[in-house]
Amino acid sequence: MELLLIILIGILYATGIYMMLRRSMVKLLIGLILLGNGANMLIFLLGGITKGKPPIIGEGEKILSGLYADPIPQSLILTAIVISFGLQSFAIVLLKRVYVLIQTDDLNDLNTPDTDI
Amino acid sequence: MISAVLSGFLFAMLVLLFGKYVKGKPAVLTTLLPLSLFAYFLGMLPAVQTQPLLFSYRWIPSMGIDLNFKLDGLSLLFSLLITGIGTLVFAYASYYLKGHRYLDRFYCYLSLFMASMLGLVLSDNVMLLFVFWELTSITSFFLIGFNNDDPASRRNSLMALAITGGGGFLLMTGFVLLGTLAGGYSISAMLSSAEMLKGHAWYGWVLFFLFGGAFTKSAQFPFHFWLPGAMKAPTPVSAYLHSATMVKAGVYLLARFTPVLGGHPYWNTTLLIAGAITMLYSAWHAIQRTDLKGILAYSTIAALGTLVFLLGVGTAEAMAAAAVFILVHALYKAALFLVAGILDHETGTRDVTILRGLRKVMLPVAAAGMLAALSSAGLPLTFGFIGKDLIYEATLHAPAYGYILTGIAVLTNILVLYAGFQAGIRPFAGRLPEGFRSVHLPDLRLWVPPLILATLGLLYGMIPALADASLVQPVVQALGAVSPAPLKIWHGFNVVLLLSGVTLAAGFALYFIRMPSARHQLAVDRFASLSPETLVVRSARGFSRFSTWYTNRLHNGNLRSYVHIIIIFITVLLAYKLITGVHLYFDIRTNVAPITVYDLTVFGIILFAIWKTVSTSSRITAVASMSVVGYCICILFVIYSAPDLAMTQFTIDTLTVVLFVLVLFRLPRFLRINDRKVIVRDSIISGLFGVLIAIIALEVMNEPTNKETSRFYAENAYLLAKGKNVVNVMLVDFRGFDTMVEITVLVIAALGVYSLLKLRISSSEKE
Amino acid sequence: MKSVILRTASNYLLPLLLLFSVFILLRGHYNPGGGFVGGLIASIAFMLHAFANQLENTRKLLRYPPGALIPVGLAVSLLSGLAPVFAGQPFMTALWFSAPVPIIGLVGTPLFFDIGVYFVVIGITLTILFNISENIL
Repeated sequence: MELLLIILIGILYATGIYMMLRRSMVKLLIGLILLGNGANMLIFLLGGITKGKPPIIGEGEKILSGLYADPIPQSLILTAIVISFGLQSFAIVLLKRVYVLIQTDDLNDLNTPDTDI
Repeated sequence: MISAVLSGFLFAMLVLLFGKYVKGKPAVLTTLLPLSLFAYFLGMLPAVQTQPLLFSYRWIPSMGIDLNFKLDGLSLLFSLLITGIGTLVFAYASYYLKGHRYLDRFYCYLSLFMASMLGLVLSDNVMLLFVFWELTSITSFFLIGFNNDDPASRRNSLMALAITGGGGFLLMTGFVLLGTLAGGYSISAMLSSAEMLKGHAWYGWVLFFLFGGAFTKSAQFPFHFWLPGAMKAPTPVSAYLHSATMVKAGVYLLARFTPVLGGHPYWNTTLLIAGAITMLYSAWHAIQRTDLKGILAYSTIAALGTLVFLLGVGTAEAMAAAAVFILVHALYKAALFLVAGILDHETGTRDVTILRGLRKVMLPVAAAGMLAALSSAGLPLTFGFIGKDLIYEATLHAPAYGYILTGIAVLTNILVLYAGFQAGIRPFAGRLPEGFRSVHLPDLRLWVPPLILATLGLLYGMIPALADASLVQPVVQALGAVSPAPLKIWHGFNVVLLLSGVTLAAGFALYFIRMPSARHQLAVDRFASLSPETLVVRSARGFSRFSTWYTNRLHNGNLRSYVHIIIIFITVLLAYKLITGVHLYFDIRTNVAPITVYDLTVFGIILFAIWKTVSTSSRITAVASMSVVGYCICILFVIYSAPDLAMTQFTIDTLTVVLFVLVLFRLPRFLRINDRKVIVRDSIISGLFGVLIAIIALEVMNEPTNKETSRFYAENAYLLAKGKNVVNVMLVDFRGFDTMVEITVLVIAALGVYSLLKLRISSSEKE
Repeated sequence: MKSVILRTASNYLLPLLLLFSVFILLRGHYNPGGGFVGGLIASIAFMLHAFANQLENTRKLLRYPPGALIPVGLAVSLLSGLAPVFAGQPFMTALWFSAPVPIIGLVGTPLFFDIGVYFVVIGITLTILFNISENIL
């Protein structure tokens, strides 16, 4: 299964970057989200994947024992997911704002060379 | 001690706060600060004669940087110069800049400078010294550019900052190197490892960086040119910074490190050569100038060259000569500068070809100028005479090339004598021109300070014992040399006296024969295109042009080209590393979970959804398929024991889709604008990157992971935090602070969204 | 979205979902769940109500603008972190009541911290979503 996940991560990264290289702002955002998903999966995978043993201490027990899923990557990813929601909502609103202003979502129309400033 | 250093900084802030009051009459009261500091250091005199005083405050002990201050003879001499001349300059400026719009700022800068300079000479820790060193560079930048309406003033202050700042950069490198070699940043501690340092393979580099700092600060050839430019500063600043204090910081540094690093042939030869070239070059330039401050600037450089030269000679006699000469020069040069300031202030010109006969209207000023000039000439009974005697004695008894060195010194002194007379005597001699008849004696605050300085020069000259035991001997001790014979006026008839006579005679002859004229300066100016200044300016311009070009190439404002550059760079770098340094191996059998039907199904759906996301031309389809990817990942989380993640991912994904749909459903379809070539290129780049990430992931998988931290949380979640869901316990308990910050970040995002939506587009934006 | 079925259903779904979100929040310490997820579920519940019944009605139902929940939540979290300081322990040390409360289990500062997170998340999400839909719908 790890192999499948690795392939999946590779694909997520590749498509994320590919979408970021498009001219449409919406695609840029989608690319960003895919990339984020890829990164989350990477962290998840590198912590080691375990089936059917969530890091929850069982009834009547005091410590996690035996085989269990690693809690650290999970809490990291949880944080990442929530933060990325903040990022995404901000980016989406920004996108809308830019669209209202210049009536296009083509990134080429947004270019202002730095020398003009 | 620390309050003595910090009081200046505090005072600077107060001056700004109460700027309105300072600008009026009470400006002269600011003098109380340097005066009280002067008294404080004067009180230290007896104590320092026996042994240095140490003061220590802990600052950053983990890095070995402490607020260590050390007051020995050298520091004390400089402290007294800084606060003493500071007092006079503060008083002088209160009249000189009377009614200036930014007088409060001026005093702010001036006291900041004074405090940094004090800190510089008192620090016993090289890092601390460096901090103050940079502070003097910055405050002097503000002071030189004080008349910031004047483009030349701005340009020259920038030049001074560039040169001294560049030197500071070298100096820091040198200090770090020195600290690493010596195993600590304390100068006192370095003394004990002096022999080791001198024998070290990197000794040459230490010297290189140290000299880089010292030579730029003390305006040694070829970094001398910022100092004449810095004469754009108001004259009190020139008198303070460019005669007595800041430019001597480099000399101070060299003197301070003489016991640590000195005595090696590298040290002596470099200093000798640099000092000698600087002396001759700038003394020659000094006599070509017609501007009073220009003359003084070049003769100051010559004096600095002399000091470096003496440190280069390195004998005990040379050390004593240097100690005396520091004092001599500070007294007469500051006086001359202040006199020049008075002339400028009262007559409106600084041209020595015009200024004549002013003794008739301002006798005390003339007296001050003459005494200072005579001291600079080294006439018997002035302190300058003793200084010059010692210099000749030191060069004559130098370990090698004594006669050549003496020749250089004599020649420089003749030229400096001429320059000093030019500035101190010629404006007052001769007949008073019609135009200057209305000139009158200025306020007390202007003419008393130079007169005090000049009189001190005379006093020390007549009774050298006054300066000897209290000031000079401790300096020589601090420089690590045995104390030479006490200062005397009369040594009997010998070679030194003969040389003094020759110097005086030649100087007087030159003064009467050679009249100042603009022609001389023009003759020198023809070579301006070859001067180090032009080279620096040119290279700075070239650099600026290059960086403009480079910035426009790389920072073209096009996001995609940034992404391209970053991704390609990372890919190439990682690929190179993987190919050369990492042993690639895949072991499919170990630790691999079997693939089930669920996995395969989910995997298939994700692949399809990703393909759909990339290929569709409808935004809604793209967003929907992207959310399918998210949901599938959510299922993977469920299968692989991460219920919390699955729940969060699920809800967030839902909300994201809602957001996207809300915003996007009215936007048009994607544009079909990409041409084939671009698509192929981007596919290759992103494909390669994906493959690389996959390979790295695979490699990391092969490494055994350290589960120590995880085990800690797993074992203590219930025992310490009384929770059973380890992930949640980590979020709200073990790592609660992170979560706190995280929700704060979310709040900021929400505020951003809110303000973006509520913001009214202003008319300028709509264009 | 003018569907009668959805509107009727949402009137019942809102309290149910809210109850569920509180349940998720409270069980977080022992089972999957917690402040983040709970808050998100609650926001989805309100969003659903807003889609079905017009935004104004949801706003009326809430009485206060959702943004007001943000400072409340932040304050609750911060106070729960500060509470140990008053008891003479370092910032964010967990304090627990000795007797367990039925259903919820032990009550302590981490629970209040989580409740604070819950409110902040609801506040943020609803602020963002409401504003966007107001400006666009």
